[in-house]
Amino acid sequence: MINKVVKDADTAIKDIQNGQTIMLGGFGLCGIPENCIQALLRKKVSDLTCISNNAGVDDFGIGLLLQQRQVKKMISSYVGENVEFERQLLSGELEVELIPQGTLATRCMAAGYGMPVIYTPAGVGTEVAIGKETRVFKGKEYLMEYAFDADFAIVKAWKGDTAGNLIYKSTARNFNPVMAMAGKITIAEVEILVPAGELDPDQIHTPGIYVHRIFQGNNYEKRIEQRTVRTK
Amino acid sequence: MLDKNGIAKRIAKEVKDGMYVNLGIGIPTLVANYIPDGINVVLQSENGLLGMGPFPFEGEEDADLINAGKQTITTLAGSSIFDSALSFGMIRAQKVDLTILGAMEVSENGDIANWKIPGKMVKGMGGAMDLVASAQNIIVAMQHVNKAGESKLLPNCTLPLTGVHCVKKIVTELAVLVVLENGGFQLLERAPGVSVAEIQAATAGKLLIEGDIPEMQL
Repeated sequence: MINKVVKDADTAIKDIQNGQTIMLGGFGLCGIPENCIQALLRKKVSDLTCISNNAGVDDFGIGLLLQQRQVKKMISSYVGENVEFERQLLSGELEVELIPQGTLATRCMAAGYGMPVIYTPAGVGTEVAIGKETRVFKGKEYLMEYAFDADFAIVKAWKGDTAGNLIYKSTARNFNPVMAMAGKITIAEVEILVPAGELDPDQIHTPGIYVHRIFQGNNYEKRIEQRTVRTK
Repeated sequence: MLDKNGIAKRIAKEVKDGMYVNLGIGIPTLVANYIPDGINVVLQSENGLLGMGPFPFEGEEDADLINAGKQTITTLAGSSIFDSALSFGMIRAQKVDLTILGAMEVSENGDIANWKIPGKMVKGMGGAMDLVASAQNIIVAMQHVNKAGESKLLPNCTLPLTGVHCVKKIVTELAVLVVLENGGFQLLERAPGVSVAEIQAATAGKLLIEGDIPEMQL
């Protein structure tokens, strides 16, 4: 079996260059590749285009990359909860492309399925549709949206094996499997790394063919954005 | 006049047994609290969960288990978890029966604006554009007028649109209205203690009033 294991996050991201496009998995702060974000902060690689559903919060997640001015452009569906983001957007330092969440996910999926475009009704008749080709199928209008073209995808899974197979946990799955499929080079950080053969092939979410580098991360903070509880 | 919980309570009556339902952030989230016993529905959270349960007990929060509002939640017997593309796939394929969401403006032809105020901070549309473009049945939960006292039920939306010709029903603190196929808001019910004249005064778009308008049964 091909061994995809690299030593750590710094090794995994070492060839990401200034100006490249990277995808980062996660929804809010749930299921984000914490170790690779720290490594990107250490590497100080800049002018990045980041494709990620959200942009973190001021002091965690992609928000940390924004604080260090490493991001040139964000492609996201929802970017609230971030004061520094707002400041950079209003001052013109940061370019932002907002796209519907389903379009974001499906453009990742299309890349992983080898399909150049998708047609979606999301955004028809809105400013999202400006300049886009449309087609009518069975009387309903759809926008043509392109598959993403990302240099790297960085994802977080719960378990992985040395062959790069991945299993996600709970709603930390979110964008990770579709982004894992979409990168020219996909880097996976996992909480638990096991030898090939220990994971049940029937339970794999992302087949190792999509994953180029894998390592076991550490010190996961897993910050909760909205802690909501009920009393017993 | 209804408070937020009253609006949620009235909308809960629209939820039928066997439905798969997506609830937006804000008042729509409260609808879950008023679904009557015996009505079995499955709540979809677009970050990748069917069968959203209540908030966890204190100390049992799981950072890996959140809803689309990023709140810690729980699963139920029969829940399933999937990725974001599949989540919007089931929305696009109209497997989700009912979408309930908030709005800043709704027009008399069913257009909705709820994601952007130009010149102010733009947070993004999240999944709203996907939901309104595909859902067969959309109910909007909102206040009838904005903080400045201006109607949010308009001939045309003034804010950037989220979707066109999609809203079917609106429940506000004053009234229940349906959007007619050929345009216009038809008044179905009045909130307790609210007169037709008050609803008329708060509605800038075309309002159709036919016969006696009953008071809501909550």
